[in-house]
This record gives sequence, structure tokens and C-alpha cells, in this order.
Amino acid sequence: MDTNTKTLGEALRRNGVTRRGFLKFCTATASMMALPPSMVPAIAAALEQARRPSVIWLSFQECTGCTESLSRSHAPSLENLIFDHISLDYHHTLQVASGEAAEAAREAAMHANEGAYLVVVDGSIPLGNPGYSTIAGFSNLQTLEETVAGAVAVIAVGTCASFGGLPKAYPNPTGAVSVSDIVTDKPVINVPGCPPIPMVITGVLAHYLTFGTLPELDHYGRPKAFYGTSIHDRCYRRPFYDKGRFAHTFDDEGARKGWCLYKLGCKGPMTYNACATAKWNQGTSWPVESGHGCIGCAEPDFWDAGGFYNALSVPTGEISRNASYAIAAGVGVGAIAAGINQRTRNKAVRQHAEVTIEDLEKR
Amino acid sequence: MNEATLERGLNAFREQVDAPVAAFFSSCVSCGLCAEACLFYTETGDPKYTPIRKLEPLRRVWEQEYTLIGRVKKVLGLVEPVTDELLQEWQELLYDSCTMCARCSLVCPVGNDIAYMVRKAREGMVASGNSPTDVQAAAERAVRIGSPMGVRYKALAAQIQHIEADTGLVIPVDQVGADYMPLLSSMEVINFPEYIESLARIFQHAGLSWTLCSDAFEATNTGIQIGSSDIARELVQRIVDGAERLQVKYVIAPECGHAYTSIRWDGPDLIGRRFPFKVLHILELLDELRVSGRLKTEKPSAERITFHDPCSIGRKGGVIDSPRRLLGLVSSNFVEMKDHGTWNWCCGGGGGVSANTDAEALRTRVFRRKKDQIEETGASKLITACANCRLVIEEGLEAYNVELPMEGLTELVAHHLVED
Amino acid sequence: MNDAMDFLLWARGTAFDVALTIFIIGVIIRLFEILSLGRPRSLAEPKGNQLLPGMKSVISRTLPDNGTFKRQPLTVIAGYLFHIGLLISLLLFIPHIELFNATVGFGWPGLPNPIVDAATVIAITGLLAALWNRLTNPVMKLLSDKEDYLVWLLTFLPLLTGYLAYHRMIEPYPLALGLHILSIELLLILFPFTKLMHTFTLFLARWYNGAMSGFRGVQS
Ligand code: SF4
Ligand code: SF4
Ligand code: SF4
Repeated sequence: MDTNTKTLGEALRRNGVTRRGFLKFCTATASMMALPPSMVPAIAAALEQARRPSVIWLSFQECTGCTESLSRSHAPSLENLIFDHISLDYHHTLQVASGEAAEAAREAAMHANEGAYLVVVDGSIPLGNPGYSTIAGFSNLQTLEETVAGAVAVIAVGTCASFGGLPKAYPNPTGAVSVSDIVTDKPVINVPGCPPIPMVITGVLAHYLTFGTLPELDHYGRPKAFYGTSIHDRCYRRPFYDKGRFAHTFDDEGARKGWCLYKLGCKGPMTYNACATAKWNQGTSWPVESGHGCIGCAEPDFWDAGGFYNALSVPTGEISRNASYAIAAGVGVGAIAAGINQRTRNKAVRQHAEVTIEDLEKR
Repeated sequence: MNEATLERGLNAFREQVDAPVAAFFSSCVSCGLCAEACLFYTETGDPKYTPIRKLEPLRRVWEQEYTLIGRVKKVLGLVEPVTDELLQEWQELLYDSCTMCARCSLVCPVGNDIAYMVRKAREGMVASGNSPTDVQAAAERAVRIGSPMGVRYKALAAQIQHIEADTGLVIPVDQVGADYMPLLSSMEVINFPEYIESLARIFQHAGLSWTLCSDAFEATNTGIQIGSSDIARELVQRIVDGAERLQVKYVIAPECGHAYTSIRWDGPDLIGRRFPFKVLHILELLDELRVSGRLKTEKPSAERITFHDPCSIGRKGGVIDSPRRLLGLVSSNFVEMKDHGTWNWCCGGGGGVSANTDAEALRTRVFRRKKDQIEETGASKLITACANCRLVIEEGLEAYNVELPMEGLTELVAHHLVED
Repeated sequence: MNDAMDFLLWARGTAFDVALTIFIIGVIIRLFEILSLGRPRSLAEPKGNQLLPGMKSVISRTLPDNGTFKRQPLTVIAGYLFHIGLLISLLLFIPHIELFNATVGFGWPGLPNPIVDAATVIAITGLLAALWNRLTNPVMKLLSDKEDYLVWLLTFLPLLTGYLAYHRMIEPYPLALGLHILSIELLLILFPFTKLMHTFTLFLARWYNGAMSGFRGVQS
């Protein structure tokens, strides 16, 4: 593999990226990873020298949205360049080879980089029936287990790979599970989001390339640098939330004035992701900015979290219906309790033995 | 032969639980504020005298018999039963250290009427034989002789004779068709016959037709004090019979706190029907006479006087403004105690406590509150409107070596009458 | 892996349904139990009206009398701090209003979060003071049984977890929110069977007290 011998710096330069542009990218990466600015030269130096790692990308039960998100951009962005210049040795949507040749490429890469390649997974793995999703006659489970065996780490891209995602939504017909449910003996980095922010992937890769280590993760296996704060805590509409100014419908005055979307079901308070700061489409906008609440797509089971348009604090059951049943039941049982009480007292009244002065004293 | 037993007591407790009781117990948050209203706590600092705690036996019966969860707990053995020992221990709390003054009922933030429940709890105590022997004896005398102090009509007749001879006033007895039938308390007959004289003077002055009733002159009701509706009923019935026999329009309750409660408020419920006559407290009558201009009094005197509101008449009876208007009539130097009217502090002897020798030491101890209250006013005379309060205060002041003359308000008014 | 979210979903779903059902049935039973015992109508001639003094007591008992306040300022102040703080944070926090809106079908305007936050701190302070008082004041100490402490805890937990959740002091957030909701469910479930019932019955108690006094021409 000829590309493998080149450093990342060389590759970038060959594609016309200036030193200034490269440093800008390093600065942005440093700030996203919450590293001090003094680290920028170190990052630059490390990236400059970094060898392009071999990456095997596996797609299971997924919608290709993640790949779309990561590959689609109008101008060749630095994120894209990073992608273009890793050695993407297997990715069945993007690669030219197909069929046997494709599988052969995967195997070759695994051999050549034994113990050093990265596996990226998008999509969940069906355990319900191996036939639900297969590649080249292998079930996803088989492919994953085989491919991961010699990998240095796995990056689970998107909520499906990270947490099971949409396929796992109730009633989970395929028995979908996440990568980390299967891979327990290798580091798994979850980069959830439906889809995840491209910058986050490149950030994780940059971190790996710079430090040779994996970034610090939260308890959901997500890089803390990107998933450390909630949408809500970084949301530019937050002052409205704090002041109690809310949009109640999508076309009321509050909506037009850009007030908080909590009452319209925004899941910003429970969602940890970088949308509010990184934004989408080269920083054009992000869901809340374009007037729709956060749906919590970077969180486990967000599909089942009680409805996108229900406020977070609202219980998910049919409360009013339950409450009316409960009232009916309460009145029923209450009437019985009342009857028992009345009987007890009436009996006491009946049993009343008149107190006379003869029986004041205890005998 | 009847006898007081635990089972009868429990049954009585059960009978007494009504919606207010259930609401009160459900609401108590153990905040302890009721203690601050009760002189038995404030003067001793002993938390066992906390008003709501005095009701533990009744509370247990309520919880175990009238709540679902209590019944479940009872089956599981998670609740403490009401036992003879408990009731014995609680006798001191429900009798010796509670005058049913209802001051606690005024402060409870959730609105519990604790005195109401003490009265009810006493029904269970009586039925289980856990009432003070002195009060039992008084009740026996009241039923057998007609007066808790054992005063028979003979004694009253002798007093009447004296008064008539001394003053030339006429005291009619058993006059059918008279308008007003005043009741007396035996304390007045024995200790304060001035009251009878004052009554005669006032009725004559106002030109009202009145009569005493030879077989229904006693107003006190030991049944109310000991907490037995059965006994109370019997005693109230005598008054009703007497009043009906003489066909009077008004029965006048004397200067006695619980007598007013028993005849004015509890009476009709005890005998199960409305009275064919009206019941007024003597102070209410005097105030009515004042309004209608039938009381001609001399210039108000300048002596500094203060007034003790008997709990049953004031806080529990709503006779609060009339005494003040009457005091204004006869005094130009009337001073209120710091807590007065609805907020007055009890003398410490109501609710049967003064008849109960077990309670004597405690009663004297807690009297300090009243003593301080009186002394604070700097008054040289104390007026009240209850013969029992008057006796208790006299004894209390003596125990604390305070010299202070006392007078009943009715007497005070009578003394200020001028005949033209 | 997904336990926090599962927990939140369970707390917001099944657990909430169960708790609310027990709460409603329980409260109704308790009210029936009380009201079924009735209050005999008095045959004595009334000296005053019952309704108005009853209503007045319902309101006036909210304020302590001067004497009691002077004797037990801590009890009164702690009670006020707690109750006012609780009412504000319970009823005027936007997410709570949304919950009521979903349950009863109507909502009302809320308060800005920093104010609600302050109210929560006040309520927590009040509760801590009340606990200290309960443990040291001899009257309260003697009166208090296990239930009183249980009720204290049941009230304290929602405030605490709510505060921690709001300030992201428990991570992840679904766990924090789930714990908060669970603590309220615990409160709801035990509410009808403990002194927490005073929330409702005190209106009855105050009314009875005021009405019985009003009948005798006294305002209690
Ligand atoms: S729009 Fe959503 S994320 Fe933004 S402040 Fe409102 S609730 Fe929070
Ligand atoms: S009625 Fe009076 S004496 Fe009895 S507990 Fe209440 S305050 Fe104390
Ligand atoms: S004041 Fe009321 S609530 Fe407080 S302890 Fe006494 S009865 Fe209970």
C-alpha cells in the first residue's frame, strides 16, 4: 500500500492544504478536544508525522446516514481530507472493489496491519436471526468478531453502532445490539448521533494520531471532549429557558422570537453532544437553531424516550386515562372503606352500655 | 351489675371517633406547637404534657379501627394496642393535666381541635374505669344528691332565707310561668352567696319575672367534666324538666364555665331534642339589659381592675365582648391582661381539675402563669365570671402569697346599680 | 450500557403510572374513611354561622399567632421556609407545570429557573432546620415516631434529587432525572398512608375547627 508510506502532512500538502489551513485545523481540533492552545504545535507536529492508519469500515444494520454525514461536504473540508487520507481499506459503500475482491481487500488489510488497524462500525448487529443482515454470506456478528480480532480499537459510529439505535427501537424485531455489547475485549469508542457530527470522528482520529492513545471516554464510552456537556448547557436559547420564555407551537410568537423549545419536546437537557457548538453543514446551523427541538439522538434509546414532541418531564404513560381509572377505582374502594368504618362505629354505638355512677370504678 | 372494663372503654373510644377526629389525627404533623399553648407544658417544661400526646389512646383506636393501613398494620402486629396500662398511665394526662381549656385548639397550624378530642377521649377513660376517684365521687354526689358538692335544696333554702332577711329582697322559688330561671353552682350556694343576692337585686332592678327551681337549681355538670355523656344527660334532663315544669322562657346559666358548656351547647344534643326555652349566660343577659337601658348604674369607679376570661365562657362559649361592655359600665380603669379574650390563659382548674386532689400540686405549679398575668396588669382587684375560676385563683394566689381581692362580674354590676 | 435511559423510561412510564394510581386511590380512600364518619348536626341554637368562620380558619391558620411564634420561632420559620420553597419549586418550575399540563390538562405560567433554584435551596434549608429541630426540641423529639422521620425523608429526597439533577451533579442526566422522578413516586405511593395526608386533611381539620367555633360565636 503505497499511500501508507506517506505521512499525513505530506498527503495534506499534496492536496493543496496550506500550512496556515493545517494549523487552523489543529487549533480547531485542540479546542474541540478541550486542550489548551499551547498544545496546538504539538498536535501539528504529531499530525504532520503521523502515518496514515489502516481503517476497516463495517456497515451493519444502518441507513448509510452516518457515511453520508461524514463524506458529504461541498468544499473539500479538512475533515474530509483526514478521511480521504486515512487508509480506508474497506468500506462497501465507498470502495470501488466489490464482491470477492472487496472481502479480499479487507482480509489483506487485516493481515498487513495485524494488531494496528482501526475498525469503524456503523449500524447495529442483529442477534435475533443471523440471516437478518449478512455480507458475503457472513452474518454481521461473524464479520464483526472476525474483523475485530486483530484490531487495535473499534470506533462505533452513529447511535446504531453505539447503542443499537433505530433498529433496536421497541419492539426491536431483529434483536439488534450495539458494538459494545459484542466487543468486550477491545477499546470501543462510541461516537453516537443520528448521524454523528463529522468533526467528532475526525477529532477522535486526530487524537489517536496525535497521542497514539484513545481519548478519555464517559461512562457511555463517548469521548468526553465532545460529549462532556449537554446540548441544553451550551444552547444559545438557554437564557429563554431560564427566563421562562417558551415557544408553545412551531408557529407562535415564541417560535418566531426564537424562544426555548422545551415545551415542544426539546431533549436538549438530557442530550450530550456537540451540536450546539460544532453545528452542522460547515457551521451553518443546528436543529435548535433552525427551530426544532433536540430529539436526543446521541442518547441510548432516544427513539423510545417518550415522544419527540413531549416535554421531557412529562411521563410517558397515558396519565389522564390512568388517572380517571384510578379515580373510579378509588371511589369504589373508598365506598367500601367508608362502609366498613360506618359499620364499625354503628356496632360500637349499638354495643354502648350506659355509664352510670355504679360503674365508674374499675372492678 | 355493670363494671368498667377495658372492652367498654375501647368501645366508647370507637363510638367517639367522628369525621373531625379522623381529620385531626390525619393532619397532625407532630410540630409540637400545641405544647406552647398549654400551661401544663409552658409552666413545667415537661414534653409529656404536649396536648396532642394526651390523645394517644384515642389516636390508636382511630388508626387501628378506622384506617385501612391501620387495620393492616394491626393484623401484622405492627401497632401498639390500647391496654389497661396505657389508659392508667394516660389518666394523669387526660384529667390531671388538662382543663379542656381549648387554648391548644387555637394554635395548631393544621387546625386540630384538641380539646374537642380530650372531651371525647374521656368517654373512653370513664367507661374503662380510668377517671380520677375524686371526680367519680363528685359525679356520684351530683346524681344521688343533686350537686357535686352535696348541696341539697335545704341548704339553698337556708341561704335564700338569710338573704331575704338581710336585704329585704324577694327570691321567688318554683313560680310557674316566670320568664327567667337562673341556675346556680353549688360553689355559689356555699362559697359565694353574694351571687344569689346580686341576682335578686338585678332582677328586681330590671323588673323581670324570675324564679329559682327547687329541684333544678344546680347548673354544674360533673358528667361533662368526667367525660360521660350518660351522666351528663341525666343531669341536664333535670334542668330541662324543671324549666319545662315552670314553663320559663329563659334559663340563665350562672357564673360557671362548664355549666354554660353543658346547658348551652351540649344539652340539646345530650337529650336529643331542642329546648323549648332559650339559654343565656348571666353576662349575656346583663348585657342585653344594658343595651335596653334597664341597668342604671352609678358613676364608674376608678379602681384599677382586670378581668379573667373563664375558658368555657370566652374561648369556648363566645361570651367575650359582653363582659367588656359591662366592665366599661362600672369601671373607668379596666386593664386587660396581655393575653385575654380568646387567648386567655386558663386558671388551671377547669375541666374537673379543681375537684381532683391528684392534680393539686400540678395545678398550683401551673397557676404561676395566671399569677404572672394578673400581676403584670398592676390591678388591685380581679374580676371574673366563674365561681370555679374564682376559687382556683383565690387558692392559687394564696399559695403564691399574693393578696388580691376578687369579685364576680355579676356582683360588681349589682353593686353599681342605683335605684331611682 | 443503556441502563440509565432504561431506568428513566421506566420511571417516567410504568413506575409513574403505578405510583399515580396508588396515590389517587389511596387519597380517595382516606378522604372517604374520614368523611364517612360524619359529624352530627348540633341541636343547640347556633350563636353564629359555621361556613364563614370555617373558611376563615382554613386561611387564618396559615399564620401563626404571635405568642406561639415567640415561643417557637424555629418551628415556625423552618415550616415557612420549607413550605414556601416547596410550593414554588413544585408548582412554578416549568418542567413541573408541563407535567401538570399533561396530567390535568391545563398549566400556568412559571418562574425563571434561578428563582426556582433559590426556592429549592430555601426549601432544603427549611427541611434541614426542621430535622434538626425535630431531633433537638424535646417536645418534637417525644412526639416524633418513625413515621415522622420517614415523611421527612420522603419530602427531602425529591428536593435533593431535583436540585442535583438541575445542577448536573449526578451523571448521566437520565439517571439524575430518573432518580428525581423515582423519589417523587416513592412520595406518591406512601402519601396516602402517612402524615403527608395532612396536605389535604388540614383543610378539613381547619374547617371543622373554625366551623365548630363559629357555631359558638367564636372565631378560632
Ligand atoms: S431549546 Fe432545548 S436545548 Fe435549547 S434551551 Fe431550550 S430545552 Fe435547552
Ligand atoms: S385543653 Fe388546655 S389544658 Fe388541655 S391540653 Fe389543651 S391547652 Fe392544655
Ligand atoms: S400543634 Fe397540631 S399539628 Fe402540631 S403537634 Fe399539636 S396537634 Fe399536631
